[in-house]
Amino acid sequence: MTALIDLKNINKYYADYHALRDVSLEIAQGEFFSLLGPSGCGKTTLLRTIAGFEAPSDGTLHIAGVDMNGVPANARPTNMVFQSYAIFPHLSVSENVGFGLRKSALSASDKMNSVEQALEMVGLDGFGGRAAHALSGGQRQRVALARALILKPKVLLLDEPLSALDKKLREQMQSELRRLQRQVGITFILVTHDQEEALIMSDRVAVMFDGEIAQLADPQTLYKRPVSSKVGDFIGVMNFLPATVDNAQKITLDVAGLGPVTIDPEQAPSGAQTGAAQIGIRPEMMSLLFDGEPDRGQMTHATIKDRAYYGDMTYYDVSIKDVAQPITISMKNIIGRPVLEIGQATRVSWDARSLVLFSD
Amino acid sequence: MKSLRFYAILYLIFLYAPIALLPVFAFNDATIIAFPLTGFTTQWFTELPQIPALIDSVKNSLYIAVITALLSTLLGICASRAAAKYTFPLKKPIMGFIMVPLVLPEIIVAVSLLVILLQLGLSLGAWTVIMGHVLICTPFCIAILNSAFQNLDPSLEEAAIDLGESTWSTFRLITLPLVSPAIISALLISFTISLDEFIIAFFLTGTEPTLPVYLWSQLRFPARIPVVMALGTILVAGSVVLLIIAEIMRRRGLRRAGLKDSGGFL
Repeated sequence: MTALIDLKNINKYYADYHALRDVSLEIAQGEFFSLLGPSGCGKTTLLRTIAGFEAPSDGTLHIAGVDMNGVPANARPTNMVFQSYAIFPHLSVSENVGFGLRKSALSASDKMNSVEQALEMVGLDGFGGRAAHALSGGQRQRVALARALILKPKVLLLDEPLSALDKKLREQMQSELRRLQRQVGITFILVTHDQEEALIMSDRVAVMFDGEIAQLADPQTLYKRPVSSKVGDFIGVMNFLPATVDNAQKITLDVAGLGPVTIDPEQAPSGAQTGAAQIGIRPEMMSLLFDGEPDRGQMTHATIKDRAYYGDMTYYDVSIKDVAQPITISMKNIIGRPVLEIGQATRVSWDARSLVLFSD
Repeated sequence: MKSLRFYAILYLIFLYAPIALLPVFAFNDATIIAFPLTGFTTQWFTELPQIPALIDSVKNSLYIAVITALLSTLLGICASRAAAKYTFPLKKPIMGFIMVPLVLPEIIVAVSLLVILLQLGLSLGAWTVIMGHVLICTPFCIAILNSAFQNLDPSLEEAAIDLGESTWSTFRLITLPLVSPAIISALLISFTISLDEFIIAFFLTGTEPTLPVYLWSQLRFPARIPVVMALGTILVAGSVVLLIIAEIMRRRGLRRAGLKDSGGFL
């Protein structure tokens, strides 16, 4: 099957600034795809290139097999939900939602029906007569969605659509967007700087730094096997420890504070080379042993430097022998498990299978 | 602090007392402009329509003011839209040059225009006054329209294009309705400026005087002064009404775009 969206070697230059560097990407029909990265990484430029608001300096873009070179934004099978929502303030909710139908050949009553259906789909039935400026942030977001989906585009582009909402509403909209995407079966491309949002919502995520795709993977691979320490650091929390690779074939290494280990080739997604390297380990992949608890797995002695209590979890900063930087360990606050005190001596239990080797 | 406040109050009195005296003497039953007042009359107002030269000057002024308002607002729309949406070489100096007449002494503008027009061999008349007025009104229009165009979220236009509209229909359906309060405000302000303007009109008007030029010529006849006062009262009242409407439209425009007021002309 050919990809719905096919980007090949897209470059974008602004005067002396290289915004997109040789981006190649294939996105399948019906996929929920995210472009994730810090601000200024080129993710919005890439989205606007697909929408037709920016022309690539070179490279090709095909949507559903059609070359988009020279095709203006108003002739592309894409619709966009803008970061500011761009609700037309002088029009009512139904005029906003029906705006894209202005030129369609539908009869007036058919248009009204599809506006009502679109509003129903986003949970705004009965809001059609409201003035646009009388809406709350979450409602504006829904109007923007209905307005973009009413034209049944092949691709829906979402430019940080949830960044203006508060936490509760954002979480609610995240699951609604997912549900909506499954329901309509349209390809969604989401731009976000929120790594959690990208992991929750997407089938696949492209992590971008400095105009380049650093890693393109499904959320689980992205979290478990980041290809570089930069990606590992950007997605969630990761501890980094200096290490020395002794044997690049068998992948045996000596990790500061943890000692000698042997890892699986899968745990070195960017390959292994003899010499200095880094290993990464997630906070929840280690655990603190409490007084009287027997040793399990591999074990290291540690002292608690700081802690942060989150209710469901407690995050500890602990220092281990031979490592200057404290490492972060998260513990679930289950029944019978005490919250440890700062300064307390403890043991860290860990598993070599949870290490990731970075050669960068 | 106290003396400063006192000074400010005196200053305001000095500034506005003459305007306040205008209606007082316009309704006073005496040809001499002096206190004490002798009695109430509306005679000076009823005399107004009976002076044909006055009626002609009013018609002339209205004609000039309407055309000036339309032309300078149209130019203002083009300039502010270009300034808000596009970058082009020498943008800053060009925008600066357009705004210069705002601070240029009118007498300089008037004299230099007169010299050029005479050199070109053009005869003076309503159109030469309009040219002068458009020159001084356009910067005001740009000042008003600029903030409206700058405050417009560019993604609104992009959203309309994304939904299938052309550049022109986007401008007609989205941009124009959203800046229309500022357009009305610019029309009213340039109309008012043109209607009241004296120096340029005086130099460029030829044989058909505008209202301010006619009023000035009548000051030589003491018997006409109460009539001038009456006319002045009507003009002040009319200007105030127009400016208030202009300000209301400007504020409505800001509200419509969902923005905070950052100060205007009033």
